[in-house]
Amino acid sequence: MSAEQLDLNAIRAKLQDASGPQYWRSLEAVAETPEFKEFLHREFPANASEFNDPVGRRNFLKLMSASLALAGVTGCTVQPEELIVPYVRQPEELVPGKPLFYATAMSLGGVATGLLVESHEGRPTKIEGNPDHPATRGGTDLFAQASVLTLYDPDRTSAITELGEIRPWNGFVAAMRGALSAQAASRGAGLRIVTETVNSPTLAAQIQQILAALPDAKWIQWEPTTRDHLRAGARLAFGSYVEPVYDFTKADVVLSLDADFLAAENAFGVKYARAFASRRRLDANPDRFSRLYVAEATPSVTGGRADHRVPMKASQVDAFARAVAAALGVTGIAGAAPAGTEAFVAAIAKDLAAHRGTSLVVAGEGQPPAVHAVAHAMNDLLGNAGQTVTYLPTAEAVASEQHAAMRQLVVDMNAGRVQALLMIGEANPVFTAPADWKFGDALKKVALRAHSGLFYDETAEQCQWHVPSTHYLEMWSDARSLDGTVSIVQPLLQPMNGGRSPHEVVATLSDRTERTGYDVVREYWMAHTAASAAVLTPAAPAAVTAPAEPMATSAVTFEKQWRRWLHDGYIDGSAFAASTVALAAGWNAGLAGVTAVPAFEVVFKRDASVYDGRFANNGWLQELPKPVTKLTWDNAALVGPGTAERLAVKNGDLLKVTHDGRTLDVPVWIDPGHALDAITIAVGYGRVRAGRVGSGVGVNTYALRGSTAPWFGAAEVAKTGGTYELVSTQDHWSIEGRNLVRSTNLEKYKANPAFAHEMEHMKLSDGLTLYPKWEYSGYSWGMAIDLNTCTGCNACVVACQSENNIPVVGKDQFGNGREMHWLRVDRYYSGDIDNPDTYYQPMPCQQCENAPCEMVCPVAATVHSAEGLNDMVYNRCVGTRYCSNNCPWKVRRFNFTLYQDWETPSLKMQRNPDVTVRSRGIMEKCTYCVQRINSARIDAKREDRDIRDGEVVTACEAACPSQAITFGNLNDPTSRVAKLKANPRNYSMLAELNTRPRTTYLAAVRNPNPALPSNPTVGGHAEAHDAASTESEH
Amino acid sequence: MSQIFPKSSNIWSKASIVVVLGVVASLGAALPVLQRSDFVTTANKYKDQPVQFSHQHHVGGIGIDCRYCHTAVEVSSSAGIPPTKTCINCHSQIWSTSPYLEPVRASFRDDKPLKWWRVHDLPDFVYFNHSIHVKKGVGCETCHGRVDKMPLMRQQNSLQMEWCINCHRNPEKYVRPRSEVLTMGYQPAVAQEELGPQLVTEYKIQSLTNCSVCHR
Repeated sequence: MSAEQLDLNAIRAKLQDASGPQYWRSLEAVAETPEFKEFLHREFPANASEFNDPVGRRNFLKLMSASLALAGVTGCTVQPEELIVPYVRQPEELVPGKPLFYATAMSLGGVATGLLVESHEGRPTKIEGNPDHPATRGGTDLFAQASVLTLYDPDRTSAITELGEIRPWNGFVAAMRGALSAQAASRGAGLRIVTETVNSPTLAAQIQQILAALPDAKWIQWEPTTRDHLRAGARLAFGSYVEPVYDFTKADVVLSLDADFLAAENAFGVKYARAFASRRRLDANPDRFSRLYVAEATPSVTGGRADHRVPMKASQVDAFARAVAAALGVTGIAGAAPAGTEAFVAAIAKDLAAHRGTSLVVAGEGQPPAVHAVAHAMNDLLGNAGQTVTYLPTAEAVASEQHAAMRQLVVDMNAGRVQALLMIGEANPVFTAPADWKFGDALKKVALRAHSGLFYDETAEQCQWHVPSTHYLEMWSDARSLDGTVSIVQPLLQPMNGGRSPHEVVATLSDRTERTGYDVVREYWMAHTAASAAVLTPAAPAAVTAPAEPMATSAVTFEKQWRRWLHDGYIDGSAFAASTVALAAGWNAGLAGVTAVPAFEVVFKRDASVYDGRFANNGWLQELPKPVTKLTWDNAALVGPGTAERLAVKNGDLLKVTHDGRTLDVPVWIDPGHALDAITIAVGYGRVRAGRVGSGVGVNTYALRGSTAPWFGAAEVAKTGGTYELVSTQDHWSIEGRNLVRSTNLEKYKANPAFAHEMEHMKLSDGLTLYPKWEYSGYSWGMAIDLNTCTGCNACVVACQSENNIPVVGKDQFGNGREMHWLRVDRYYSGDIDNPDTYYQPMPCQQCENAPCEMVCPVAATVHSAEGLNDMVYNRCVGTRYCSNNCPWKVRRFNFTLYQDWETPSLKMQRNPDVTVRSRGIMEKCTYCVQRINSARIDAKREDRDIRDGEVVTACEAACPSQAITFGNLNDPTSRVAKLKANPRNYSMLAELNTRPRTTYLAAVRNPNPALPSNPTVGGHAEAHDAASTESEH
Repeated sequence: MSQIFPKSSNIWSKASIVVVLGVVASLGAALPVLQRSDFVTTANKYKDQPVQFSHQHHVGGIGIDCRYCHTAVEVSSSAGIPPTKTCINCHSQIWSTSPYLEPVRASFRDDKPLKWWRVHDLPDFVYFNHSIHVKKGVGCETCHGRVDKMPLMRQQNSLQMEWCINCHRNPEKYVRPRSEVLTMGYQPAVAQEELGPQLVTEYKIQSLTNCSVCHR
């Protein structure tokens, strides 16, 4: 963090100078501030390696005497006696020591992701994608990866309470039955049920059954970051709520109108990231490389992959979209492009028009319905409908515009029309509802308030009844993905806290309260398979066709089917068939006027880590550096460098943001590429009742966000003079050296595919080492990471944390540079600070051939293995830290204190039993998931064969939604990784150091439109040197 | 002024050098012995188990196959400790009223697992896999000793890394034919010097001594 105001003009001048850095991590790095130099030159930043925490004399003496007393005896600890506790009746399929994998699904924002969950003797420990699931094909996102930690969260509630008193389940049932009978006379007029977006066909049917009996009762679905605008836009264009589902594998040219479709926090990001990556891989035919235009305010993951990114206020995207539409010739649309974007509009329109049927326009969830409608019209005009975009029924059983429904609920509550309110799920309306509705106050006017959720959150606090809910890994349910595919959600363990699933809670309002979740889900599917096909595509548009396979009826066949569904993790044939929808006549007549552009704008976003706040108590997610800003443990007001200059603010200065009469003090973070005169604040922080991890972290953006402008609106900002310490890892582990990331554009790539090699600082001949060469007779492991397809989404980082028992260290330790992540994703910029190109570079251990770490360890705690790994031996490590001092990539992590929680029982259950849980004073680092290699080697040897290519999949590789990471045996020339290493784009970082890393990178290529100006790509640095020379200037 | 030290102190100072050296040398000799002693390795120590289960009786006497109880030994890292159900398979018929077996019956009746003290306990940073050792021809007896002669279970070997590495470096000295893995009191039909290398080649046994093979 810079202590002084940065001189942006000097930074700009430095970047324009040919000798300036081509790729940079932060403005501080370009300015070469003293703080940045600290990060660069030191192994760990100041304070990381020193014990500077204030220690009193008394504490000091205590510590010293304790360490003296322990110094002599630590080597003599007698191993504690341990128990073996076998089963009484061992389940047939369970083999102790062998994990089992169960297929299930996790829903977020009304969209399911198909998962395989690893279970060790009944403990789910790791989430993997389900490779068979038709929608997501094995990809997962960071939320799914981190969800296993929420399961074991010690702050989950464990008792049914009424006004804080523990009650039995019967008591709750009686209360609900009482409310129900009181409501019977008024046909349920005083009853309301609030849920999250329900994509479970069974739960929807259950609620609809209740509504059928009590027709005046109401069901409100509520997501704080609702997809209302998308729904309303579809209705505007087509007259019905259809879900546009995109096929990026067929799209040559993509225009994103503020749509962050690659991001995990947006619906179907996993699927889209994979599909998009398939056109950016440059494997065989470089002409298949797609082109992406992004118009957006806040630099996003998608914007980072753009070939042309046009920064503009979120409110200007409307005018921009209409200008493109007008240029394309969409009837009834006219409009002038925002100033300065005219050239882009013309070029984009031309490019789109040249790719009829293979282009795609995607509108963002935050954009008003009109932009969605205009995007639909453009896709229609371009003949993309049915090609790159298909229209499907919505994944939620009953599509609605949630904002309006919630508004009505608040009005009803205030008018005293609601007597009983049941709130289910993590939507947390008291905390998340628009500030101007004062939901909490209105709620107090309801006589009977019941809440069911994982945590005793802000909403639970305002209710009389709280029922602990089941985590999705503890319950029976079903869930629909965005393409319609239904998965049966099956539990991996009994509810740990005696929780009740939503099915069971809702059943208390029916006549059959005793049914378990299992009964309810089975009954639904038994009834609906009997009634056959139509069910699988319930309620919604008429144009939906029946699934291919008609369902059988008898109980035996049902049982067979049911088992198949559970095994496969999805119901075959349940995907929606595309419906043909046509633009409604006169759709453009109903279009609102172009969005007004305020002088200064505030943009609200879902957070990349805590989503809408529901994951606030998840330490893995809180500690995750956000993809673009690399901020952790906080949200901030993101501003562009130009805006920061005008407001005279630097990172960490507090801004008073005034929006719609409400104010909020938010610390500033300068985000290169952010639109001018706009700030972005992520929601989900500032929770007061999140739990031990999430309470009091960040600022509560919901207090600022109102109902009139849920996504963006006018705001005023003023510097308060106060400051706040933000922690960002953007300069942590900065590496000295040139051309760490390498890129070029498609034209230059075609002319010279081996461009990355010419960017080598200097060329070294192959055998240049004094050490004897390692010989690998068996396997020789290696990894290749494609910078072209990596979106920086962080799924790999969480997967690594989950697989390798990596602890959470907290904000203070993080700020001192003591983070423990084995895998980090470095973000680099290139070009103009007001609109830079962004590159992401995942950094696991490079597993060097001539490893600098191995040579300096005095106790041989890090040694070379016969398969090329740099083994890290915890039980030998004495913590000298020489190895990390000597690591040019700074990928080694040291346990400065005891970070791992050795006390909390529930967290112990999450640990991977195949990986050592490290203590303090130990160095650790990426092992290439050696536990997975060993397991595969043993399996292969037991079957008298070699390990097959693709059999060892590292945790990061398995999690990557865009398949950017490839791991395998370099000794096998047919392996995927060996082929990638032979790719001309493949390069080693810092090759001039001759450490010969096993992790290499495939250089990035962008595909800018030749008709448009873009950041000039600077030529290789090698030109400056004699290529054959081994003389070093250092 | 008289001298501070009398002349006799010379002998004391000389003796002290010898004594100090002697102490250091004897510590140097004693510590490695202590470190390898049963006291430290807990070898040959009996533990108070909930049931006085006799391998001597079940293996040596009745001749039950190891894998009847340790079912996972060929497929998993863990050999598996039998569930109570396995005991009850026989003991619902024989010795079904023996007071010694009451804890077993109680476990089965109340659905409460038996809790055994672990006899062979490797440190938590060591990852041993039974299945691959069995597959490569390492006999049960090689590590666990003559369990058919143990009325109560005890740890026969030190289970120290030195002991593991000894075999990992020289597998030919210890390997036996796969058919003899479960045999107690195995004697090689031909001399081990001849048979060992032959089996090492046949079973493709690698001398795996990389740290990450066992530590990760």
